[in-house]
Amino acid sequence: MIVNLTVTLTRVLISFTIAMILGVIIGILMGTSKRLNQLSDTLLIIVLNIPALVTILLCYIWFGLVESAAIMAVVINKVPTVVVMIREGARVVDEDLLSVAKVYKLSWSKTFFRVFLPQLYPYIMASARAGLSLIWKIVLVVELLGRSDGVGFALNTLFQFFDIAGILAYTFAFISIVLVIENLIFRPLDTLIARGIHHDRT
Amino acid sequence: MIELDIAIKNKCYANNSSVVLKEVEFNVEPGEFIAIIGPSGSGKTTLLNMLSGLEDSTAQTILCNKKPIDGFKEIQLGYIFQQPRLMPWLTVQENIQLVLANPEEIKIKQLLAQVGLAGKEDYYPKQLSGGMQKRVAIARAFAVNPELILLDEPFNSLDAPTATKLRQLLVELCKIRKSTVILVTHDLSEAIYLADRIIFMSDSPSSIIHQCNVDLPKPRIESGCDELAWQAKLIQQYPNILSGSLLPI
Repeated sequence: MIVNLTVTLTRVLISFTIAMILGVIIGILMGTSKRLNQLSDTLLIIVLNIPALVTILLCYIWFGLVESAAIMAVVINKVPTVVVMIREGARVVDEDLLSVAKVYKLSWSKTFFRVFLPQLYPYIMASARAGLSLIWKIVLVVELLGRSDGVGFALNTLFQFFDIAGILAYTFAFISIVLVIENLIFRPLDTLIARGIHHDRT
Repeated sequence: MIELDIAIKNKCYANNSSVVLKEVEFNVEPGEFIAIIGPSGSGKTTLLNMLSGLEDSTAQTILCNKKPIDGFKEIQLGYIFQQPRLMPWLTVQENIQLVLANPEEIKIKQLLAQVGLAGKEDYYPKQLSGGMQKRVAIARAFAVNPELILLDEPFNSLDAPTATKLRQLLVELCKIRKSTVILVTHDLSEAIYLADRIIFMSDSPSSIIHQCNVDLPKPRIESGCDELAWQAKLIQQYPNILSGSLLPI
């Protein structure tokens, strides 16, 4: 079980990281450029609505039953949802705060990392949380369909033997990992991001 | 210290073609404190935004020390907006550090002490009152050692005692730094208390309809006898000024 959980967790982390990086970059570009948004909006809606199963099957057919195809299938499924959330955040960025950066002639990097990006943190956190839960599920389908290891593969084997105890054991192990990630990563990050936002006047 | 020559003609709003500033021409002497008074929507903020580079001014003539300048890229500018516009995720100290190329903690602490915020360095804007947030915005503007300071109705949303204190603070800081200042306000008494010269703008599409030098000695007393007499005289003239019946000086 530990081996399968480790394999699945690795796939989740790799695809989650790639999907978040790509999604945040594309989301910011689409949110800040009207022209780019107009050009790629239809494509985004199409990709957003393609069933995950179709993407997984096509990736396996085109690229073979290999690790990179599995990761790619997960990333393709996740990126559009991240893009949509980050784009909405980038659209409502406070122009007044950006004008401060302009008046005081802040460098591009200072403006981006200290004025622009902090306004997107709540959107990034929301898409990370939603993304992780979605990626877990997609990774299991990917493993069930085309991998010979991981939790998805193990669950398929257990299903063939009607091993309910085994299936539940994996489910609880899964939930435990999610709770650990929530408490060790997401909640501390939430506190860090919310600094200054939820303070009351003293 | 810098000197400005401003000549703006037929400046339209950024998002539509209606003219907001029809003909606005004036100069600002080095170290002078100018107050601009005009009705709402007369383009006072647009004028400041053009001076700060937030609005396009390429088709207009704005000279700084007799040289054409694009959005004042070369000079150090301090801008105090109507709202403090502090980054909520940064502490008071970090908000000031943000605008400095080489932030020095001691200097920031000194500046915060000057504006009456000693010991509040690690507070977030939301933990401060509106008046305190304005003080941080003033400290931020002065932290960059500005040659030109633009103030857009900076005290309009504050209660009278807080506004009075902040005006006194502004006078003290301007006296020390000797910056050139342009203040936009609706408040005639504020203009008389602070400015060396008051410029009156008409309704939109606006132009300058009157200018007067405030020849009262400094330091002035807010609501002092001379100041009130000056105010009464201007209030008497003000309806005429706004209707455009007075000839520009």
